[in-house]
Amino acid sequence: RRRRLLGLIERSRVVIFSKSYCPHSTRVKELFSSLGAECYVLELDQVDDGAKIQEVLLEITNQKTVPNIFVNKVHVGGCDQTFQAYQSGLLQKLLQEDSAYDYDLIVIGGGSGGLSCAKEAAILGKKVMVLDFVVPSPQGTSWGLGGTCVNVGCIPKKLMHQAALLGQALHDSGKFGWEYNQQVKHNWETMTKAIQNHIRSLNFGYGLSLREKAVAYVNSYGEFVEHHKIKATNKKGQETYYTAAQFVIATGERPRYLGIQGDKEYCITSDDLFSLPYCPGKTLVVGASYVALECAGFLAGFGLDVTVMVRSILLRGFDQEMAEKVGSYMEQHGVKFLWKFIPVMVQQLEKGSPGKLKVLAKSTEGTETIEGVYNTVLLAIGRDSCTRKIGLEKIGVKINEKSGKIPVNDVEQTNVPYVYAVGDILEGKPELTPVAIQSGKLLARRLFGASLEKIYHTLFWPLEWTVAGRENNTCYAKIICNKFDHDRVLGFHILGPNAGEVTQGFAAAMKCGLTKQLLDDTIGIHPTCGEVFTTLEITKSSGLDITQKGC
Amino acid sequence: MGNLIILDMCMCPCSQCHSHDAAQLGRKVAVVDYVEPSPRGTRWGLGGTCVNVGCIPKKLMHQAALLGGLIRDAPHYGWEVAQPVLHDWRKMAEAVQNHVKSLNWGHRVQLHDRKVKYFNVKAGFVDEHTVRGVAKGGKEILLSADHIVIATGGRPRYPAHIEGALEYGITSDDIFWLKESPGKTLVVGASYVALECAGFLTGIGLDTTVMMRSIPLRGFDQQMSSLVTEHMASHGTRFLRGCTPSQVRRLPDGQLQVTWEDRTTGKEGTGTFNTVLWAVGRAPDTRSLNLEKAGVDTSPNTQKILVDSREATSVPHIYAIGDVVEGRPELTPTAVMAGRLLAQRLFGGSSDLMDYDKVPTTVFTPLEYGCVGLSEEEAVSRHGQERVEVYHAHYKPLEFTVPGRDASQCYVKMVCLREPPQLVLGLHFLGPNAGEVTQGFALGIKCGASYVQVMQTVGIHPTCSEEIVKLRISKRSGLDPTVTGC
Repeated sequence: RRRRLLGLIERSRVVIFSKSYCPHSTRVKELFSSLGAECYVLELDQVDDGAKIQEVLLEITNQKTVPNIFVNKVHVGGCDQTFQAYQSGLLQKLLQEDSAYDYDLIVIGGGSGGLSCAKEAAILGKKVMVLDFVVPSPQGTSWGLGGTCVNVGCIPKKLMHQAALLGQALHDSGKFGWEYNQQVKHNWETMTKAIQNHIRSLNFGYGLSLREKAVAYVNSYGEFVEHHKIKATNKKGQETYYTAAQFVIATGERPRYLGIQGDKEYCITSDDLFSLPYCPGKTLVVGASYVALECAGFLAGFGLDVTVMVRSILLRGFDQEMAEKVGSYMEQHGVKFLWKFIPVMVQQLEKGSPGKLKVLAKSTEGTETIEGVYNTVLLAIGRDSCTRKIGLEKIGVKINEKSGKIPVNDVEQTNVPYVYAVGDILEGKPELTPVAIQSGKLLARRLFGASLEKIYHTLFWPLEWTVAGRENNTCYAKIICNKFDHDRVLGFHILGPNAGEVTQGFAAAMKCGLTKQLLDDTIGIHPTCGEVFTTLEITKSSGLDITQKGC
Repeated sequence: MGNLIILDMCMCPCSQCHSHDAAQLGRKVAVVDYVEPSPRGTRWGLGGTCVNVGCIPKKLMHQAALLGGLIRDAPHYGWEVAQPVLHDWRKMAEAVQNHVKSLNWGHRVQLHDRKVKYFNVKAGFVDEHTVRGVAKGGKEILLSADHIVIATGGRPRYPAHIEGALEYGITSDDIFWLKESPGKTLVVGASYVALECAGFLTGIGLDTTVMMRSIPLRGFDQQMSSLVTEHMASHGTRFLRGCTPSQVRRLPDGQLQVTWEDRTTGKEGTGTFNTVLWAVGRAPDTRSLNLEKAGVDTSPNTQKILVDSREATSVPHIYAIGDVVEGRPELTPTAVMAGRLLAQRLFGGSSDLMDYDKVPTTVFTPLEYGCVGLSEEEAVSRHGQERVEVYHAHYKPLEFTVPGRDASQCYVKMVCLREPPQLVLGLHFLGPNAGEVTQGFALGIKCGASYVQVMQTVGIHPTCSEEIVKLRISKRSGLDPTVTGC
């Protein structure tokens, strides 16, 4: 049935799913006949499987009501949306167009979201183009295909994190019987070169996989010029125009600057750090996002002098108890924190690789100002959506003026029906699970009052840390359960080694309705860190001692 | 008369928790524990196999071996490590042993805190309510109780009828307590104990050979098991497959000469080693208990104790838990949980039984193997080839890329029912941190996870465990399961 329906939409210029008695359907039919457009009308109340068709329509379009209108394969929406499209001229445009577009789909942005969408569409037999162009950072850094994650995000970040962990491992190894000259130094250039080589191989792999799937890849900057039409500008400034039936915006985000004197000239961001040709030296990290703390963490791990300047709180949106523990762990490991300060000016004292910068900062609470000298200032104060310079206004795609994010409906469709958006630029889509959990919790609190959750927690000492003589009161595990829903697990938090590997499986279990009882019934894998979750006994409200003893 | 005695020759944490629970439930509890020295004379303190000669020292030595790999990785990540890098067995062994001793002490303190009476005596039944204990000096005590729990565990077995085996060989009871490096070592056996020991010995730079009669890791998924040994072989462990030892002799220079028979060719082979480690299985510690005086039945083949689902033996007020019991997985956490549940049933008014199904575990070979649920073979034999769908992937851990480590054996597979929503029957993961990866999924599988639900879980990027929520390729499709891209 689904295939039949899609076939119908594919073949017909206009399809109206309607009900014969519905006044809105009638208005839409009249509109199309006044435009002289030939329509295929399916009256759902007059066919046997009308209800089932409506179910399928819900799946495809996330719209259950009639009328439900498609013009040239594009889902326009219901009655109101159709009339809006008529008033904006989009409907006439959609009607004029036949399949004379260059492409079925053009994706703007070659990051994780854009590429997966492009490849999937190509597998489904569509003619697809990806436009990807990296505007160099103010420091002149640019990179290849694959977007933030591969080039200036998760991948280099985790590799540098691994490098820092290796420093710790080298430190531990003496206790485990390994012997070598203990004068170990870290060489930034060697590491960066190795990481950049790996990234280049990934860039190459992405290009290859696009070619294999016959997706056209153009290394140009895409900008809408009119409906269904985009201008692509390459490095040399040459312009080419392409048209497509549908578009996906996947331009992602770029690091934000402070807008103070000297920031764009002298500061770097995560866009620059991972390919920095020289060791950053004494570094000031501005911000308290996870990007800020991750970077500060690995830089300190290489033995650099690192200071983090925090405006208000660490890791906004995350569980604040965990965030504080992360902060105090970092502090114990040599990262300095400047609380409640914001920079107001950055001056260059000396050029060089790295040079010397003077930072002037003022207190957020009083009039106090402080000064510091650093080799590098890394800004990690947030990211802005790349949505303001891609001609969205030319085709009427709405963005949130303040955040630059694009509002979409449940099927990722913008207010312009043939334009979709994916990835970090979506408005109102929780970027992180904890946010969703937190808001669910808050809602429940508002609805039922009082505390309905029970929190179990424990400290633990990873076995590998014992012999190495690392601290025994740092690693922490906590779950939050809903008392009134069979102790269903609402939140899962772990601070310790391999936290990513531990959390993944529990996330899958939470999807399946994990309860405290099921946690208790599960047998631990011994000796691991993950097993602490199967023996959680102490509730936070009991106030009992949570240090771990025994094995 | 006390309410409960835990009989414990070689005390496991199981009885520990158990006695805590019972003591917390307001009962008078005694623990009787005595370690019979190994044939090599190794002895240890309170805490049983896991703490003293099992999981704990094993994982710490595994960690030492992993650190060796990390030291080799480090220069690729910019750390300038001066050569040569050597390993000092004594230093490692001392650190590991100190940690174990601190745990022994911690267990003593905990028992004391919870008012559990502890007797370091060797015990045997006098009748079904009475136990006689003999202390080291020969002093005897008699203890009687309403309920008695046997948790004496198992000890490594020596092969019978091999000349020199008992005289010159050691077992896992000794390896962790050796003061000097074992040197060039022959590990006989293909159990997880054998492979784990061979793995860390190789990892700290010793010349190590594994001799196995038939297949590695019997009872585990065989595809995974062969990847485990393949990885070990590619990292320097030698394997003598299809061979059985026939004799161990001590040469004048102190080295051990081992003679074996290659069962495929029928030819005889010999080699010299500094150490021969037997890892050919474990036998229950029941013989000295005089079980017949209490009337407790054991299996004639294995000498293990027979129990029902409530852990009760043929004598209703005598119970048995842990490795000493017939048909139970020989794993610490199952013993811990069984002990705790038993105490709750005896004194806490609970009726919860131990569920021995879907027990997750991890083999800490150099490339770790985590699993939960059915092996592919078992799933096929229970449900039939046609009703089973296996999703799999060869992946490369991100950390392997920069140092250019070989990831040919990093592999994950999920065994599901074929019929939607494709209930997950088993999960098998081979790669770094397998224990940490497997634990959470074990819960998911316990919650009745389906393939669909696992696929709906958002990955944590970049980790190895996210490969599990990205498993798209079924074996049946015949497509290449190599993961590309990120």
